Amino acid sequence: MSTATTVAPEPRAATPLNYLNVEYGWRSWLFTKDHKRIALLYLISITFYFFIGGAFAVLMRIHLIDPQGALVQPETYNKLFTMHGIIMIFFFLIPSIPSVLGNFLVPLMIGARDLAFPRLNLLSWYIYMLGGAFTMYSVIHGGVDTGWTFYTPYSSTYANSQVIPAALGIFITGFSSILTGLNFIVTIHKMRAPGMTWFRMPLFLWSMYATSIIFVLGTPVLAIALFLLFLERVFQVGIFTPALGGDPLLFQHLFWFYSHPAVYIMILPAMGVISEIVPCFSRKRIFGYKVIGFSSVAIAVLSFLVWGHHMFVTGQSIYTGLVFSALSFMVAIPSAIKVFNWTATLYKGSISYDAPMLYALGFIGLFTMGGLTGLFLASLSTDVQLNGTYFIVAHFHYIMVGGAVMGYLGGMHYWWPKISGRLYPEIWARLAAAIIFVGFNLTFFPQFMLGYLGMPRRYAFYPAEFQFLNVMSSAGASILGVGYLIPLIYFAWSMRYGPIAGPNPWGATGLEWQTPSPPPKDNFEQPPAVADEAYDYAHQEVGLV
Amino acid sequence: MAAQPIVPFRTYVLVFVALLVLVALTTGAAFIDLGPFNTVVALGIAFIKMMLVLLFFMHLLHSNKLTHVTAVAAAFWLLLLIGLVFADYTSRGWIPDPAPWSSSAPPTHP
Repeated sequence: MSTATTVAPEPRAATPLNYLNVEYGWRSWLFTKDHKRIALLYLISITFYFFIGGAFAVLMRIHLIDPQGALVQPETYNKLFTMHGIIMIFFFLIPSIPSVLGNFLVPLMIGARDLAFPRLNLLSWYIYMLGGAFTMYSVIHGGVDTGWTFYTPYSSTYANSQVIPAALGIFITGFSSILTGLNFIVTIHKMRAPGMTWFRMPLFLWSMYATSIIFVLGTPVLAIALFLLFLERVFQVGIFTPALGGDPLLFQHLFWFYSHPAVYIMILPAMGVISEIVPCFSRKRIFGYKVIGFSSVAIAVLSFLVWGHHMFVTGQSIYTGLVFSALSFMVAIPSAIKVFNWTATLYKGSISYDAPMLYALGFIGLFTMGGLTGLFLASLSTDVQLNGTYFIVAHFHYIMVGGAVMGYLGGMHYWWPKISGRLYPEIWARLAAAIIFVGFNLTFFPQFMLGYLGMPRRYAFYPAEFQFLNVMSSAGASILGVGYLIPLIYFAWSMRYGPIAGPNPWGATGLEWQTPSPPPKDNFEQPPAVADEAYDYAHQEVGLV
Repeated sequence: MAAQPIVPFRTYVLVFVALLVLVALTTGAAFIDLGPFNTVVALGIAFIKMMLVLLFFMHLLHSNKLTHVTAVAAAFWLLLLIGLVFADYTSRGWIPDPAPWSSSAPPTHP
């Protein structure tokens, strides 16, 4: 038996109770119904998948350093880009902002204690993890080689890889999205604080609302498409395979009816984040509040009318192609409205270049490039040349990584003091933002050139004259990888060692900044009331708040 | 929110019977050759069945306007999906197939 003298327990610092320290132990996390803790469960999960998906990208870029392929067999290469796409899209990008920042912030921003259905919220995380388990099973047991699009009849008839568990994983995870969307819609409709009218809501909530519409209305169609794929592959029910009496284009219609709006599931929340960051770091009221809000809804609606632009060269009727082309151009209007309004907000603003603002400015530029190159692809004639090339790969990475991931990282930096109660190291954060911006452009800009020159996507080999641009792209990817690791390290560091943040380190408007950091378990000590517009920075500047 | 009126049990039974009758009608209509109108009749009966389920079993008849908007939005989305998919299917044949590849040697330039 130890003879050591008993040391009196160190008196706990007078830290007020908050959602992080109110209870301890794994049960308090895995059975929590607190939206903030569920957001952190999502944060850990999607970060895991981000680095798994990123590892596949690293392997691909190493392979493509050499025109003959430096690393893997062509069959393995097919699996690498498929698993990269599936994991990044369904298990990182789609849940990223809604499930982490949305879960954390929606109740805080509207002045509620929690989401409308807390149990459903926890269930959505478990469903997500179950879907992720199926997909990881497919990875471990050899992977899938169909591309993330699962095009039939290859996926339903010919592929010899783990199609069923991967598709099942996505099918299951879709229900997690539906439940999250449902929860947000009901919460925003029913649980706003007194005085929080629709036009006093932060624009992040408008974007969450628009995203939720897509979640609820679009995801079931993907589930149907994958279920039909399952029926055909397992039971030979003729739906998509011509030999069985099916039509392969039907799969593409059903798949893209969801999967094009899915791009807006990724970008709309990021636009919401930017609409919060830009006025805060410009110390200005946002320009054109209502049109930004309505443009989110317009993007959500229009996103369902453009899916056929993925099918211009796959056998779709040329007349339908014309209609889809015209409709696709229309999405540019609400997107441009947002960009112009953010830019107008910056005009004569008192701009500070803290890390969230660096990400927001990066977002505006990169999203604009991604959006404008989308118009090339919405044009019937140019799409014939560019479809299936690296131009497409570059275009959607400018939207998904340059747009959605920059928005996500901007949001994580902006609300990290609220989430953790600590400040991250600003110098490192600015450095990481710069590294990510440089690395991103070096990775993907050469891919625009490769695609324009005619290099097809999804090929394990390429002609020697494309090597220079491919090596540049791989070099950029290594820089980008370092850029993503830095925030992971300093966020983890700041949880313990970062300076205490205080309730409102940015001097921002919004209800979430009027409660302590980290917030108490029930968010607000007193039910808040709202009497002003969302971005009243002008009055705050002259001390009239 | 105003409490919804209590729907008598008899109403549900009547709707259920009506649905069974309509199922029989759908089946019977399938045995009569109406040409292209077989599909029209089948879809027409299906629409009536759908409305009965929505209005009575799903309580849309006694719901508020927001619920009505939600239901109409869902129907509209389905219409978009079906409408634009069929726009493709119906217009594929509008352009004649291109002439087959010629087996003769390609033209030579002077």
